[in-house]
Amino acid sequence: MNRLLAACFCLVLCLAAGDSRAAEPWGKVVEQADGQTVYWNAWAGSEATNEYIQWVADEVENRFGITLKHVKVANLAESVSRVLAEKSAGKTDDGSVDLLWINGENFLAMKQNDLLYGPFAERLPNYELTNADDWPTLTEDFTVPTEGYEAPWGMAQIVFLHDTRRLPDPPRSMNELLAWAKKNPGRFTHPQVSNFMGSTFLKQALYELAEDPEVLQEPATDSNFQRVTEPLWAWYGKLRPHLWRDGEQFPENAPAQHQLLADAEVDVSISFHPPEASNLIQNGLLPPTVRTYVLDGGTIGNTHFLAIPFNSSSKEAAMVTANFLLSPEAQARKQDPRVWGDLTVLDLDGLSDEQRKVFHELPKGAATLSREELGDPLPEPHPSWMNRIVEEWGRRYSG
Amino acid sequence: MLLRLVPWLTVAAFLLPVAAGLLGTVLPAVGYFPALGGERFSLAPLRSLLEQPGLGKSVAVTLISGFASTLAAFATSTAFCAATHDSRLFRWARYLFTPKLAAPHAAVAIGTAFLLAPSGWLARLFTPWLTGWERPPDVSIVHDEWGMCMAFGLALKEIPFLVLMTMSALNQVRSSENLAVARSLGYGPATAWMKTVFPQVYPQIRLPVYAVLAFSLSVVDVAIILGPTNPPPLAAYVFRLFSHRDLAMQFPAAAGAMLQLGLVAAGIGVWRLAELAVSRLFRGWLTAGSRGGGVPVGRVWAWSALGMCTGAAVLGAAVMGVWSLARSWWFPAALPSRWTLDNWSRHLDNLADPFWTTVVVGCAATGLALVLVLGCLENEDRHRVRTERRALWLLYVPLLVPQIGFLFGLQVVLVRLGVDGGLGAVVWSHLLFVLPYVFLALADPWRSKDERYARTAACLGCPPRRVFLRVKLPMLLRPVLFAAAVGFAVSVAQYLPTVFAGAGRQATLTTEAVTLSTGADRRVIGVYAFVQAALPMLVYLAAVGLPGRRRE
Repeated sequence: MNRLLAACFCLVLCLAAGDSRAAEPWGKVVEQADGQTVYWNAWAGSEATNEYIQWVADEVENRFGITLKHVKVANLAESVSRVLAEKSAGKTDDGSVDLLWINGENFLAMKQNDLLYGPFAERLPNYELTNADDWPTLTEDFTVPTEGYEAPWGMAQIVFLHDTRRLPDPPRSMNELLAWAKKNPGRFTHPQVSNFMGSTFLKQALYELAEDPEVLQEPATDSNFQRVTEPLWAWYGKLRPHLWRDGEQFPENAPAQHQLLADAEVDVSISFHPPEASNLIQNGLLPPTVRTYVLDGGTIGNTHFLAIPFNSSSKEAAMVTANFLLSPEAQARKQDPRVWGDLTVLDLDGLSDEQRKVFHELPKGAATLSREELGDPLPEPHPSWMNRIVEEWGRRYSG
Repeated sequence: MLLRLVPWLTVAAFLLPVAAGLLGTVLPAVGYFPALGGERFSLAPLRSLLEQPGLGKSVAVTLISGFASTLAAFATSTAFCAATHDSRLFRWARYLFTPKLAAPHAAVAIGTAFLLAPSGWLARLFTPWLTGWERPPDVSIVHDEWGMCMAFGLALKEIPFLVLMTMSALNQVRSSENLAVARSLGYGPATAWMKTVFPQVYPQIRLPVYAVLAFSLSVVDVAIILGPTNPPPLAAYVFRLFSHRDLAMQFPAAAGAMLQLGLVAAGIGVWRLAELAVSRLFRGWLTAGSRGGGVPVGRVWAWSALGMCTGAAVLGAAVMGVWSLARSWWFPAALPSRWTLDNWSRHLDNLADPFWTTVVVGCAATGLALVLVLGCLENEDRHRVRTERRALWLLYVPLLVPQIGFLFGLQVVLVRLGVDGGLGAVVWSHLLFVLPYVFLALADPWRSKDERYARTAACLGCPPRRVFLRVKLPMLLRPVLFAAAVGFAVSVAQYLPTVFAGAGRQATLTTEAVTLSTGADRRVIGVYAFVQAALPMLVYLAAVGLPGRRRE
């Protein structure tokens, strides 16, 4: 059956390639991309990510004559507001940002303010390899339809990290976590709620604690928000006094919390990349005794994307770069835990045997869970839940 | 003729961007920001700001940590000067303190953070043999709720600045003569200093003190690295709002920038009132004739201040150096379990770009500042005018107006002019902050130079240009180089101006270090912080060392 599907897929690919209407413009795009410079705004808090991006820069330079510069940002919202500042100044071309690593609420903000170029995703030849039509998280970013304004880049799923030396048997549900934290005050925390990892932790808790998680797929409303999130706040109110630093301070982001785990200040950390822990152990950033786990009820998974601002002057080179990032070669390298360990968005069934083999031969890493252990990811709630949770948390616990 | 224009050019290079930037921030603060659909003036942004959670506490934290660090720095620097004036320690202080001026705030803060954290180096050195800890204690030192760690980190940097400012002010009053008279009347050394010298010196260092206060109340990078996080001090809070994912937050952010401006103005106002109160209260004490004993307290204070500043700077730099050589380093080991050169070899390539950007921007901004300042000073000489105290205030504007208050607006202006993101824009934005310091460093030595040499040269028929190039500049080579080193250090340390004017495209050692400092890999932060601290230090050592060798 699979083989049949693959054959059909190949046929479709060939047909697509034979379609001169689609093929010719792409050839022209590649031609125009030669010599352009792409300023890629991407979160730069992790060395593994930065080094991978550096590798991409070298490759697109050699292959397509594109100069790729990694604009290192601590928070992508900075770049969103920069594009906005440019729009406000009437700068409709030659903008300072050409490519964005983006998802969720930043995408929604840019889409709502018409700050994006596109649709372009379906113009990328390698987009076909993702089999996006059968994989809803590739065309819906936090339930918001991408409509071709984003190209998928990588897959993520929440895993928790624990140091087996200090905590051999970690709590596997939010209620167990509360019980454990009461007995071990100051040994757990989460990243700041204004950081996406911190708010994701609260969303994860909401999934388990809400009476009917289905409702999270629809935008939050004034009428249902309080009711749906009440169990979350009741639970959090009990947990907070037992957090690290009495719940008055929080690590800036996930890597900062990994550092706390390494410094023995806390016993648990949280990550959006299942193989990240293996990568950090190998790089000497986490003790070799660290392992990962997921919660009994499953964890949230999502996709991260690439987008191009409306006023980029290097749209062609940005598209060629995005296409290269979707190539089996670049995707396999990204998934390698020795390099980065970010899961691929490609449909392995649609690849050639040789390409597939590369993925299958990647080392898993000591602390990485298998596909089965990870389980099916829970879908991301609509961004409005996140925005309201962040607001509500601020109202309750800031100051 | 051209020379006459230099002061005006200087003021224009300075005030125009600040004014334009302020305007660009004020408009959104009152609701006008067409790109986001804000086309009518309203108070909505202010209301939205006031609804932000934790704003009140954020303001409180800002005031407490800002005043605490300024008071501590001011009291310590004054005590230091009073207790050690004309001693050997005092003469040594110039050499010990000046390099610390060159270390960027961010590098000092990053080092301090790792030094003092519960799982930091100090704790590791004494654990477990002395403390008995198995795990780091759950106490809040870095990022503490009321910003005391931040105040400490700021004071470490501000003490040397104020001591050096006091020293140069002492050149303008006849301090040694006054002291000699007072001491001959039986006043204790420190008492004599406080009663005769301090009242004359304070008016001279008032502006630097205000600048320190304004800086402490509005700093962003140090607040990110050492300050409280929930809520952060106002400047970091506003910075967070400016980069909020919800673009509608730009309105309250702009209103917050205005609030920050008001806070600094109010802070300076309060300080001014306190000055008046203190001068009234102590007028009696000044003339009452109490001689004061040989109080050792001041001396102890002075020594510990010197020790602490030097110790923290040296240990902070050392610990970042150690981290940059670590492969893994687990609590509570006093030193890394495995060493490596990997962090350096892997990052040498990545360092190159920010390194050269830092150097080029630093040299360009310093060079421009030197030209403008020398032009202004030479103009004073030739036209027998003296820059008024009021004009000095203009010079201080960029140091007194909070960066967050005008940099966003300035960014919009730069975008409109189509020059944002370029090196030129970054150099210009750095110039705003480099120029005042270069002026401060150079004005006194320039004005107190021996005029007779220049006059003699002129009498011998030397044209003014030649006098300037062949007599004045060589005479003042040392202070000129010193001013250049200070200017370079100021440029290296700039964070917000680089981020805003550079459109994020121009990465310097400082922007990289601050970005990395929130993102974890301490070994890499170690590499960047170390280079960031070392670069201005090298320039400083070169500036001090070069003319010395020439003289021999």
